Amino acid sequence: MKLLLSGNEAAARGAWEAGATFGSAYPGTPSTECMEAFAEYDDVYAEWAINEKVAYESAIGASVAGARVLTTMKHVGVNVAADPMFTSAYTGVNGGFVIFAADDPGMHSSQNCQDSRFYALASHIPCLEPSDSNEAYAYTKTAYALSERFDVPLMVRSSVRVSHTKCPVEVGDKVDYVAKTYQKDSMKWVMMPAGAKFRRARQIERITLLESFAEETELNLLESFGKSDANDIREYGFVCSGPVYQYIKDAIEEADLSANVLKLGMVYPLCKNKLQKIRKQSAKLFVIDEGSEYLSQMISSLGIAIDDTPKDIKAIGELSKRDIKYALDLPLDEGIQTPKDIIARPPALCAGCPHRLVYKELSRLHAIVTGDIGCYTLGSLPPLSCMDTCICMGASVSMMHGFNASGIKYDRPIVSVIGDSTFAHSGVSSLISMVYNGGSGTVCVLDNRTTAMTGHQGNPFNGKTLQNKTSRELDIEGLCKAIGVKHVLTVDPYDMNAVRNALKEETSFEGVSVIVFKRPCVLLEKIKSKPYFVGDCKGCGICLTLGCPAISKTEQGLASISADQCIGCGQCCQYCSFKAINRL
Amino acid sequence: MNNQATTVLLCGVGGQGTILAADILAGVCMAQGLDVKVSEIHGMAQRGGAVTTVVRFGQNVNSMACSIAEADFVYALETTEALRNISFLKPGGVLLVSDETIKTLPAAIGKDVMPKNPIERLNESGAIIIPAKQIAVDAGTEKASNIALLGALSVNLRFDENVWIEVLNKRIPQKYLDINLKAFNAGREAFRQIN
Repeated sequence: MKLLLSGNEAAARGAWEAGATFGSAYPGTPSTECMEAFAEYDDVYAEWAINEKVAYESAIGASVAGARVLTTMKHVGVNVAADPMFTSAYTGVNGGFVIFAADDPGMHSSQNCQDSRFYALASHIPCLEPSDSNEAYAYTKTAYALSERFDVPLMVRSSVRVSHTKCPVEVGDKVDYVAKTYQKDSMKWVMMPAGAKFRRARQIERITLLESFAEETELNLLESFGKSDANDIREYGFVCSGPVYQYIKDAIEEADLSANVLKLGMVYPLCKNKLQKIRKQSAKLFVIDEGSEYLSQMISSLGIAIDDTPKDIKAIGELSKRDIKYALDLPLDEGIQTPKDIIARPPALCAGCPHRLVYKELSRLHAIVTGDIGCYTLGSLPPLSCMDTCICMGASVSMMHGFNASGIKYDRPIVSVIGDSTFAHSGVSSLISMVYNGGSGTVCVLDNRTTAMTGHQGNPFNGKTLQNKTSRELDIEGLCKAIGVKHVLTVDPYDMNAVRNALKEETSFEGVSVIVFKRPCVLLEKIKSKPYFVGDCKGCGICLTLGCPAISKTEQGLASISADQCIGCGQCCQYCSFKAINRL
Repeated sequence: MNNQATTVLLCGVGGQGTILAADILAGVCMAQGLDVKVSEIHGMAQRGGAVTTVVRFGQNVNSMACSIAEADFVYALETTEALRNISFLKPGGVLLVSDETIKTLPAAIGKDVMPKNPIERLNESGAIIIPAKQIAVDAGTEKASNIALLGALSVNLRFDENVWIEVLNKRIPQKYLDINLKAFNAGREAFRQIN
């Protein structure tokens, strides 16, 4: 049976067919759909954990119990999961354990483009890298067997083009996997120094075994194209992995090159002998990698000489077939030039988004705003332009604390904004630390009742689980009070005066305060009430500063509201001093 | 030599339905027993940003991305996005554009200036302009613009019309099927009349 599957869906299928019955993850583009797809299969338990570390640890627990397990995360999620990951490479596994890590080399939806393969190297966790959905399916399925054979978690490293490209995949049936049985073994599972030293030795032995496996496995594929000379040498040799393989193959076919290609399906540890072989059989050996020096550094460290491509390949972002041809100084096709006056089309907070008015009010306060990761990061864009920093999940609260605790005084309030899911992910621990240390600042929890940016997943505050089981809504106010925050209040973010007064009040004293701005995401409940329209507009332009996609400026300089786009939230009308904005 | 995959680049503004159009095209390719890759980028761009999806199909498809001057077809649901992606069109390729122009948010609030005369400029580049939005409105909802333009594209691809109809039947919710079939057929007709 052939199914049209994205790399994420294909990996989930591979896991299910291999007999995985436990999944835990925190959503993050481009990895999210993998756990969502896994959760749809029969006889599996799948959950959203509050963050990647918790997900990873839950997965280890299920593996120790004897199940085959899947945990998925985006590349920056690997940072969060790194603590248990490194030590799980000592303990090894009971049931097979697969980490599906999806990287974003072009930063389509991420704050950086770090390479998860460096984590595989650093933690000595073997890593497979598919180049399309077919391989995402097959490699994930294989990874479970390898995980048990070598007694180690396996990483399957995807990237955005694999995760988000659909292609037909010939799928199979679920295997009859018999769950393992847990047996007490403190030298394996209790990583105190005695056990850790013992397992460290096993880990080193295991790498030697895996290196031998890398030489044998067909995951590492050496192919030849075009004619060789009398000594069996081809003009070019390419070493690559992931989607880059597809681009290289196209470039070779188009330019009819004489070339060897070593496609590394296993990117850690590497197959030294195969690399030496392609070196010998190629006049020039190029290592082509996407926005990373991982492969070139690793291959150089094996003492294998790499040649420079005739032209430098860009080190930033994703590659394409054209980049390969450019690097080889091959003729490039030229199309019509992109006109110079094409302006950017940045994404924006939706019409009716409950975050909008909060940002407008923070701007009026001239607050210094430490921000966080989610839809609401769009509040940093004009015209709201209301965010000073954004680093990583949960950083808004701790950075605000640092700003205030630095001892450097600013004559402006310091405020952090964080979404409900991000608050659960790691904002809560920052808040505990801040309260404990007697910090000061106002935390604005933009509680839109969902994990919106990644596609509306459940989280503890909305009480919706991945498999739609009944849970309870965690009470943010109650939680903050229990932590020791004395000033906690919930405010309707559609109410301008309430937002203004709350912000003014809560930023007026030294100490910690939390304001929960609670309103569901407009995409979640698809609320649409009667739209507003602009009557006798004086052209002051204040409503335009809200950056609502439903409000535009006419050629006469007046405001106009699109009845199609307006959902009738009423945020804008509160700003019109002339009462010109009214409901239809 | 070239494995002769056909490349279609679909572009528009988040929410216009490029991804659904791409999925339907991919469904048709699969029904014809072809290899196909559909590459989309989502995440932040969904919130009203510029969106592109690439469909490549043939006996054997390698790359999932589209390079400059590689697209046999550019399918654009919006004129500025057509101009933004025009460099991807292969010399001799077909540029199919819906005549709709959607202002960017900064332009809508007077903080940026939209490119002037997009339709004239697209015409100069040999674009085929389809009144996809009007066709969709006539069929019952402007939301079917993506399917109207897909109808126009379908005339250019040598797949049997019935296969398109079968895939539309599968992919469009029953409630909206009639409107979309009407838009699809009107899109086909519009292309035939222009050419």
